[in-house]
Amino acid sequence: MRRRVHRGLKRILGLYLPLAAFLFFALFPFYWMTISAFKANRELYNLQAKRLWIEQPTLEQFRELFRKTAALRWLWNSFVVSALAAFISLTLGVMAGYALARLRFPGAEAFGLATFITYLVPTTLLFIPLASVVQRLGLSNTIWSMVATYPTFLVPFCTWMLIAYFKSIPRDMEECAMIDGCSRAGALVRIVLPVAIPGIVFSGMFSFTLSWNEFVYALTFVSATTQKTMSVAVPTELIRGDAYFWGELMAASLVGSVPVALLYSFFMDYFVSGLTAGALKG
Amino acid sequence: MRVMAETAARYAHARPRASRFLRHEALTGYAMISPALFLLAVLLAYPFVLAVYISLTDRVLGEPGSFVWIRNFVKLLQDPLFRQTVWNSFVYTVSTVFLKLSLGLILALLLNQEFPCRNLVRGALLLPWIVPTSLSVLTWLWMFDSLFSVVNYLLLALGLISRKIPWLGDPFWAMISVIIVNTWRGLPFFAASLLAGLMTIPRELYEAAQSDGAKPLACFWFVTLPLLRPVIAVVVLFSTIWTFADFQIVYILTHGGPVNATQIFATMAYDVALVAGRIGEGSAISLFLFPALLVVIIGLLHYLRRE
Repeated sequence: MRRRVHRGLKRILGLYLPLAAFLFFALFPFYWMTISAFKANRELYNLQAKRLWIEQPTLEQFRELFRKTAALRWLWNSFVVSALAAFISLTLGVMAGYALARLRFPGAEAFGLATFITYLVPTTLLFIPLASVVQRLGLSNTIWSMVATYPTFLVPFCTWMLIAYFKSIPRDMEECAMIDGCSRAGALVRIVLPVAIPGIVFSGMFSFTLSWNEFVYALTFVSATTQKTMSVAVPTELIRGDAYFWGELMAASLVGSVPVALLYSFFMDYFVSGLTAGALKG
Repeated sequence: MRVMAETAARYAHARPRASRFLRHEALTGYAMISPALFLLAVLLAYPFVLAVYISLTDRVLGEPGSFVWIRNFVKLLQDPLFRQTVWNSFVYTVSTVFLKLSLGLILALLLNQEFPCRNLVRGALLLPWIVPTSLSVLTWLWMFDSLFSVVNYLLLALGLISRKIPWLGDPFWAMISVIIVNTWRGLPFFAASLLAGLMTIPRELYEAAQSDGAKPLACFWFVTLPLLRPVIAVVVLFSTIWTFADFQIVYILTHGGPVNATQIFATMAYDVALVAGRIGEGSAISLFLFPALLVVIIGLLHYLRRE
């Protein structure tokens, strides 16, 4: 009996308590974001009101946000940019990843190494010259500047992830199909891609998330209100001078965070397995 | 004799076919990588060359400027503000990577045990890494607000502090703030990667160690850590370059202030090039990230080759 109590206590102190602390640290900002978004200004700035709870929940901040600002437009921009950038990167990544995993040609290894290295290049290293490239291409101040530049960090990521997935598919499977008269393209589309679906879904979702969250390029290339994405519009358009409208800011942050959080919750299994696979392969 | 002749004939026929097939394979390979190669050449390799060129000129916004060789770099190295930026970047990177690694290791060890709702907890803990950083950092900005700070409210209510902490208003606390937020955001990546590493360690090794009389701490030190070393190395190297080149946490939380106490490479490059318009000089600041990138690449290649 005493030993059982002792074991239970050890489990609480050694597992549940530290785990609860980590959960609190990770999730409290989201809790604070959410309750701030559903408070009216008089409650939000009232130090006598209950701080950690909502006394009178209201949608006032959301109404103001969608009535006064171009929030819907920013959401739409985020969606278009992320979907297109992810689609382009996935297409190029599937082609390059398949070639590097399966085909023998001189220079394949060097190119594989190059994609790995470019995956590490931080966006803040190149944003200044890229701004002038984007301008020369006639893309500055439009959402197309982001659609064009996001694949620079997404293609290396997709290629690298997909090489690992393609390599795990037995070569015999497509060789059989090719002996039976399937072309290489046919084998790729009918045999390899269906088997690699978990890898493709993960790479696509993650590319979408990375684009949705991107900040440096979006801030540098776009200054027109109607062309901004959510991640840049909220901190640049909703803070006017020194005035912070916290209710509206938190409502906007919530609106901008929920789509990726939802996407993530639907595909969590893919995320977790893909992330661990990626982490192990570096 | 006949068999040999037949074989020879077959080979004579087959060899050119095989080489044609190989040549065909190579062509297919080049065709398939060419779109990605083209994109990376135009939007990554060319801008890099351009970055080096611009950093050697005194270009300002609206004027192409002229060639000044390495004057920008010399000027920067003599600039006390830039020296402080270098120092800040090191403090920021070393302390957050250390915190993320040690906390991430503890978290991964916790998550590797059996408990109810484990998948849900693992998923929830990844949220800071998934949600747009610019938006979650805005929430932290609100949590550190000088008047309404909920962090101060909680710490006061728990009796951990007796006076409000000036989170973003004081040089020392501003650095602490950006370090806390960076740790918050990067911890899930460390925990998830290390957890993946932990799950590959065979259980028999622990059983063998235990039957030899090893205590839990000894198991961790002599079994877990050595086997986790490659994962730790990869994660630390990745995080080092990301943190060193970080921008948005500092940009939104402190904008490099107060009095440049949290200015790091990327925020200073942005201020100099795009706010002040000195593009040549800003480009030179950005290029200081390159040696760090090089060190990380060499480290990673070294580790990946050994595996």
